[in-house]
Amino acid sequence: MAIYGSVRRFWRSFSTFSSDPLRVCIVGSGPAGFYTAEKVLKAQEGAQVDIVDRLPTPFGLVRSGVAPDHPETKIVVNQFTRVAQNGRCSFLGNVNLGSAVSLPELRELYHVVVLAYGAESDRTLGIPGEDFYGIHSAREFVWWYNGHPDYRNFNPDLTNTHTAVILGQGNVALDVARILLRPTNELATTDIAEHALAALRSSSIRKVYLIGRRGPAQAACTAKELREILGIKDLQIHIQESDLLKSPADEEELKNSRIQRRVYDLLSKAASAKDLHSKLDHRELHFTFFHKPDRFLESDDRSEHVSGVHLEKTRLIGDESGRQVAVGTEEFEDVKCEMVLKSIGYKSIPAKGLPFDHQRGIIPNIRGRVVSETSGDSALPEQGLYVCGWLKRGPTGIIGTNLYCAEETVSSISEDLQKGLLQPTTRKSGRDGLLQLLDDRNVRVVSFREWEKIDSEERRLGSLRNKPREKLASWDELQRACWG
Amino acid sequence: MFIPRLSRVAFWLAQELSRGKCPSQAISGYVQRPFSQFMQCQVGHRMENNMFHASIMQKNCLYSTTFSNDASGEEAEQKQKISVTFVDKDEEEKHIKVPIGMSMLEAAHENDIELEGACEGSLACSTCHVIVMNMEYYNKLEDPSDEENDMLDLAFGLTETSRLGCQVIAKPELEGIRLAIPVATRNFAVDGYVPKPH
Repeated sequence: MAIYGSVRRFWRSFSTFSSDPLRVCIVGSGPAGFYTAEKVLKAQEGAQVDIVDRLPTPFGLVRSGVAPDHPETKIVVNQFTRVAQNGRCSFLGNVNLGSAVSLPELRELYHVVVLAYGAESDRTLGIPGEDFYGIHSAREFVWWYNGHPDYRNFNPDLTNTHTAVILGQGNVALDVARILLRPTNELATTDIAEHALAALRSSSIRKVYLIGRRGPAQAACTAKELREILGIKDLQIHIQESDLLKSPADEEELKNSRIQRRVYDLLSKAASAKDLHSKLDHRELHFTFFHKPDRFLESDDRSEHVSGVHLEKTRLIGDESGRQVAVGTEEFEDVKCEMVLKSIGYKSIPAKGLPFDHQRGIIPNIRGRVVSETSGDSALPEQGLYVCGWLKRGPTGIIGTNLYCAEETVSSISEDLQKGLLQPTTRKSGRDGLLQLLDDRNVRVVSFREWEKIDSEERRLGSLRNKPREKLASWDELQRACWG
Repeated sequence: MFIPRLSRVAFWLAQELSRGKCPSQAISGYVQRPFSQFMQCQVGHRMENNMFHASIMQKNCLYSTTFSNDASGEEAEQKQKISVTFVDKDEEEKHIKVPIGMSMLEAAHENDIELEGACEGSLACSTCHVIVMNMEYYNKLEDPSDEENDMLDLAFGLTETSRLGCQVIAKPELEGIRLAIPVATRNFAVDGYVPKPH
């Protein structure tokens, strides 16, 4: 660490003397992008950092992923805003990697390109019936209620739905379940998109299943999210007490993981709690453990529309690494439902011309350095190309995980500079070159100033409805707000 | 979310009051003021539900407090601070004075100590994770709330004496406390890759 410190100081002094600054482009303005920018600005004195995003709005999943009823989690945008307002940093919105500018062009314009565009697609189950109407990915649903402009017209049918099945038991699954079950008057004062609030107000969903392949000792959610959903007003929680029986392997797992232990304890407390309210209009949440989807059932009345999930019961066996995995038992049962939300993981979209590890959903990298060849020992780094966030380590973790992830990538950049693997002395046109190129292609960039216009318009609209903001949820509205 | 914190603040105030530090006594003026203002800020923050103004408000509330100009003012100001040592990621020590009632997160930021604070002390992240270096001091702190524990679950390099910096509030008993800022230990390298020694 001390060595790193002196390296940092050395490079600071180096870049002060060099006449042309180190030019860095970060693709993606979510937490990974902004933390990378912050750390580059700190580690490389004089470096010019540009953050490009395909949307006119910054902050990635902080804006379109974090649930509307978690305003505290979004406070981090204050920190990101300070980064964007740094004189050496620029936000360039409405710039799509691939259509507006290609990766080779960016690498030509900048000394360093960091890909941090996250995971904008979904893992699939690969089981029959997955394309039926009424089956969506949780990501689509989340983007819809968070006002992502690509999902303005998503319109899930909540009025002809009594039961929704959510496949998965991670935090995204819990978020989605909570939004479906929480009283809408509580959501009305959040920054939830107005179109979603209206749909939820007329929702007829009364029963939600959260289905997991493994047991309560392996649940992938965190205690905060679980505590929150268990505390929803007038919500009946159903947990099979028999599912809570622990095997010696479960005991061992719980002993080794504080978070799993606390989640398990919350679930067992909820299972044994006496149900005090039996209101007429009550809502139910069922935690279904040890089941995996086998295929989707088609409705008799509505062709190609889902009417249920055919589930296979599972049991746990230890794999070679000691992890407990679920295997089918060939015992089946059906759950009837009119809507399915698959919350089984996000997936990154490969970058054109770069290798991609489809298994892990990442761009192969060594401590953030993109490598083109991973066979055996001959990992060949792509000069000046780095990766951070979900694209680097897969779609897991919390906002703060990106802090450490960015630290690692930026220290790789610093090391490579020190080793002379990058040529900061070569003149690169950076931002000017990029803006020129985009101008030639009639791509209109959204600056951070212009985003601030969107921001204040959203707050103004929000204040009229007693919400912190009303998101402009279509491309048209967003463009009108920043360009008039 | 703010209710448990509020009740803790109230509890602390009650404790202080029961020790005879009531507002009518000169000595309590400085203890009470920042604290009650802090409380108002928190309430205001939640009520408004406006995260963007929260930090500014909180800052203004906390630091706009001016002390009386009488002779005892300066002395009181001296008295109301405790010594705290931060040990940063490079193992460098930084000794600072922290006013009673201020959180370690704010104190760190006031003194340019690199402690992250993504959610600005609203118990929604674990980036201000600190390790209390001495068990004796750790035991002087009130037990973490469920909400704090929920966040600590997700902290990197969690230890037996880990706390969130935003929840450790300076009080006289903590005079001399040492807090380490954990080093990120998680390795994001591709599985199976063994880094070559430099």
